[in-house]
Amino acid sequence: MPNAAAPPAISFENVKKTYRGGQVKALDGVSFDIHAGEFFGLLGPNGAGKTTLISVLAGLAKATEGRVRVMGHDVVDDYAAARKALGVVPQELVFDPFFSVRESLRIQSGYFGVHGNDAWIDELLHNLGLTDKANANMRQLSGGMKRRVLVAQALVHRPPVIVLDEPTAGVDVELRQTLWQFIARLNKEGHTVLLTTHYLEEAEALCQRIGMLKAGRIVALDRTSQLLAGTASTMLRFKTDAVLPPDIAARARVTGRIVQVTAHDANEVESTLAALRQVGCPIEDLEIGRADLEDVFLEIMQGEHA
Amino acid sequence: MNGASTLFKKEVLRFWKVAFQTVCAPVLTAVMYLLVFGHTLEDHVKVYDSVGYTQFLIPGLVMMSVLQNAFANSSSSLIQSKITGNLVFLLLTPLSPLAWFVAYVGAAIVRGLAVGAGVLLVTAWFAPPGLDNILWVLLFTVLGAGLMGTLGLIAGLWAEKFDQLAAFQNFIIMPMTFLSGVFYSVHSLPGVWQGVSHLNPFFYMIDGFRRGFFGVSDVSPWLSLGVVASSFAVTAGLALSLLKRGYKIRS
Repeated sequence: MPNAAAPPAISFENVKKTYRGGQVKALDGVSFDIHAGEFFGLLGPNGAGKTTLISVLAGLAKATEGRVRVMGHDVVDDYAAARKALGVVPQELVFDPFFSVRESLRIQSGYFGVHGNDAWIDELLHNLGLTDKANANMRQLSGGMKRRVLVAQALVHRPPVIVLDEPTAGVDVELRQTLWQFIARLNKEGHTVLLTTHYLEEAEALCQRIGMLKAGRIVALDRTSQLLAGTASTMLRFKTDAVLPPDIAARARVTGRIVQVTAHDANEVESTLAALRQVGCPIEDLEIGRADLEDVFLEIMQGEHA
Repeated sequence: MNGASTLFKKEVLRFWKVAFQTVCAPVLTAVMYLLVFGHTLEDHVKVYDSVGYTQFLIPGLVMMSVLQNAFANSSSSLIQSKITGNLVFLLLTPLSPLAWFVAYVGAAIVRGLAVGAGVLLVTAWFAPPGLDNILWVLLFTVLGAGLMGTLGLIAGLWAEKFDQLAAFQNFIIMPMTFLSGVFYSVHSLPGVWQGVSHLNPFFYMIDGFRRGFFGVSDVSPWLSLGVVASSFAVTAGLALSLLKRGYKIRS
């Protein structure tokens, strides 16, 4: 359970990152805390600055301004303690072709000064379904298996804070299930988790709190339940071949014949349906459901809450 | 420095797993040089009165192999990790710049020594070069390999693609090793080229190393030691400063 009274596990303080002499602003004054024990989701479209923020947190990039702390340790002035507290699963599928899975994990553990760590390595291999691949060379593994090894490498020194940057991008359902069960267990045991993902249903299911980045700025930061409650709560879904009226088309999400339109309340549902009837727009398979995080995300990114 | 030992072992394992390419192949190349140059020039070139040309050639070939392989080890490891992206595993760790330096340069020295010992063992079978002072031999081997491992580290940090690293190796390292007196004594060169050779730190590495075998050298071994040690100190300072800044590895 998150502990808001304890010092934050991660603290971003007015973090700015610019490139090309200040012409490109990747991060534009990002400030927020992630509480110890929290499962936090960082969302945003491509290019919003999520990976840059994580790179600054992990010491892969240097902030132009501002401070970042991990378990109270500054990532620049006290980088060794900050990095020991952090386990990062990078977005890119990278591996060292010279070594087997077990060798890679022993090496990564040794970098953190943790030697004789085979009991924990065996547990990681078991929990991530890698036991029978322990002695296989990294080159022989499939993409999904390599992704599991990346997760194991991030956890091998038992960090209290885990950062997962798009960990399920392009991987199969089985790995997602295995991974989320394991990460959820670690979170229950007290590990803080920071997740970035494009799979918003994952974020909705797993994250207690969510921050949304847009053009290098935080545009939403709240508990997941509050974000869902504070926005359009109803979703109309229907199929049509006709052209939508302009005012509905402007706020609709169209995928082929399927149209989704958000509504704040019953009156808005009624007025939307009336508008469709008025222009003679034939609709099929009408469903009225609860808006999900994807709807909230699109609404915020389209600027209504920015 | 706890993690440095792991990085050092990993770097040694990295070349040892492909020892056929990283150790055996350079030994074979050096033997080829010895057979061709030794056989062709044995009766035509006399450098020192008491030393045959093939004998003279052996320490030069050993040291050239040590230097080139020490450079290749740190530079190729870094550029491969940068290009394939697996350098991130190191960048995420608490390892200090000094730990990076000690591990990369230490492993480069080990590879230099492994190749050098291999070349010496095989070539000495053709014409044993003798041994005047083993301390000079060991000192110049370790310092020379350390200097080249450090240069490899700098080149690996600087290069963004294999092409740039190859240019560094082919247009700087290779000419400087070849023009340092591996195959001849610089005293046999015209005055101008003797002067130019004395500006080449590689000359002092090979000359000091050869002194350990024959007890004679072109310049005092103490001068060679001073030049090699100060070159190592300068390049080590530069490499540590680049690592501290995260030059081309942290954005």
